[in-house]
Amino acid sequence: MVRVRRFARGASGRSGPRWVSGLALVGVVLGALVMLVPFAWMLATSLKPGQALLALPPQLIPQEPTLEPYRRVVSAFPMVRVFGNSLLVAVATTAGQLVLASMSGYAFARFRFPGRDVLFAVYLATLMVPFAVTITPLFIIVRQLDWIDSYWGLVVPPMFSAFGTFLMRQFFQSVPRELEEAATLDGASALGTFVRVILPISGPAFATLGVFAFMASWNAFLWPLLVVRDRDFMTLPLALATLQGLYPGQTEWNLVMAGTVISVVPMIVVFLFAQRWVIEGVTTSGLKG
Amino acid sequence: MYERGARRWLTLALFLGPSLIGLALFLVGPIVASLALAFTSWDLLTPPRWVGARNFVRLADDPEFWTALRHTLQFLAGYLPLVMTTGLLVAVALNGRIVGRAFFRAVYFLPVVASWVAVALVWKWLLNPAFGLVNFLLAQVGVAGPAWLFDPTWAMFSVVLTSVWKDTGFVMVVLLAGLQGIPREYYEASAIDGAGPAQQLRFVTVPLLMPALFFALSISLINSFQVFDQVYVMTGGGPAGATTVLVERIVRQAFSFSRMGYAAAMSWVLFVLIFVVTIAFSRAQKRFA
Repeated sequence: MVRVRRFARGASGRSGPRWVSGLALVGVVLGALVMLVPFAWMLATSLKPGQALLALPPQLIPQEPTLEPYRRVVSAFPMVRVFGNSLLVAVATTAGQLVLASMSGYAFARFRFPGRDVLFAVYLATLMVPFAVTITPLFIIVRQLDWIDSYWGLVVPPMFSAFGTFLMRQFFQSVPRELEEAATLDGASALGTFVRVILPISGPAFATLGVFAFMASWNAFLWPLLVVRDRDFMTLPLALATLQGLYPGQTEWNLVMAGTVISVVPMIVVFLFAQRWVIEGVTTSGLKG
Repeated sequence: MYERGARRWLTLALFLGPSLIGLALFLVGPIVASLALAFTSWDLLTPPRWVGARNFVRLADDPEFWTALRHTLQFLAGYLPLVMTTGLLVAVALNGRIVGRAFFRAVYFLPVVASWVAVALVWKWLLNPAFGLVNFLLAQVGVAGPAWLFDPTWAMFSVVLTSVWKDTGFVMVVLLAGLQGIPREYYEASAIDGAGPAQQLRFVTVPLLMPALFFALSISLINSFQVFDQVYVMTGGGPAGATTVLVERIVRQAFSFSRMGYAAAMSWVLFVLIFVVTIAFSRAQKRFA
């Protein structure tokens, strides 16, 4: 498994002759422009009045910037509620995953019971199965539970991820047993030891899984697409896709880009403040956004 | 460790129970059910009918399925080499000493944290044939840009480009982690032996980077078999069915045409494909890395 130790600072590599590093710098700057211009274009479009969209040459800096698209996207679509939905669903999914994954991960790391290794192998095996395999029965189950167009349908199924259990088990196995043995000798129960001894030192593992789960939930599209029709229960990605198709053939791109900015900015903020955990989560899971 | 007898089982049930029940209901259960479903015909309205292997026989004769498979492989053939190349170039450049290294790493990673829906929408607008920034910039250098997503010959390439843009940062961080694990002494020693930058890349960096390269490649491979969000948002499988892919077909069969059994059968074909390729891949890894 590939682990990222230190993203921002990192160990240094070699430096070749001067012309090589000069060329590399030029390439890196050009590439960075390619990375940034789409974000600038998104922001610029979200600040343009409707007629400026069709202006030629296209304005990368809006000539008459306006917040009108934001005002209109909020009135044309229940965007405030949608934003709240995304937040609620992501927080609830993340909290659920942290509790479930840490407790089950701890059980696999520290308890001995018959069939443990087989059971853990089953957990791992589910990681290999593409989501497309489960969507049909999962949809039927969620429909039977009457969870279509509800927060339950959005939150509960994604809470159960074998990846979280796997990550937490790895972490707990790296914790020296002596820590818990001391507490057990003092008569603490397993739950007491878990809460008082293990949880306080599990910050890094929780941060990695937490940030990862939050990001995955915030950005999820396929599952919300299947279980939500009602706008009042849509999350941001689903709302954006719906907004785009609202008037087929004449997408109001300034509105759509305003919505996109609203959905992307929180993730960028999370990334800037929790860079290390974001990288760690994405690289260990191999799941991308 | 911990209590004996009945108490012990209770504690275990407390730790593992919730995760186990959820996993059974929302993951393992649906996987098993999906396999059973693949041998039935079910439109959700009338009870499912056992049809044996008929779904699979029909799949083999379904030109739509073969087209979707071909498109998925086309996506893969374009996306994988491109994203690995850009990711490797950026990682090597940003591993050396370079001004603003932390800043550039963050910039390249930015698209990874944005949702696929947001990225797909931004690129759909960037690639707008008449008013998009891309064709405007191409026109500046005297190139008449194609209609991109509206042109069957360019649509899949547009999706590939967008995906490469989004995932370069992912490959970069995985490879950076690998690069940071290569001891500096190897470069110093090879420099003393007279190796230039190109030879160091060939004889030091690439061989020692193999595990990270394989990891990034296999994750990208598994994910690109399941390409969905960007296709659904950018083209919806069009124009004229030029970008239909496997997961998109599965979702349509199940949720637009209510052919649950047929969709399940298709999802198992996808699973087997991914499984076989992954196994072949880990064999190859044992040999080369």
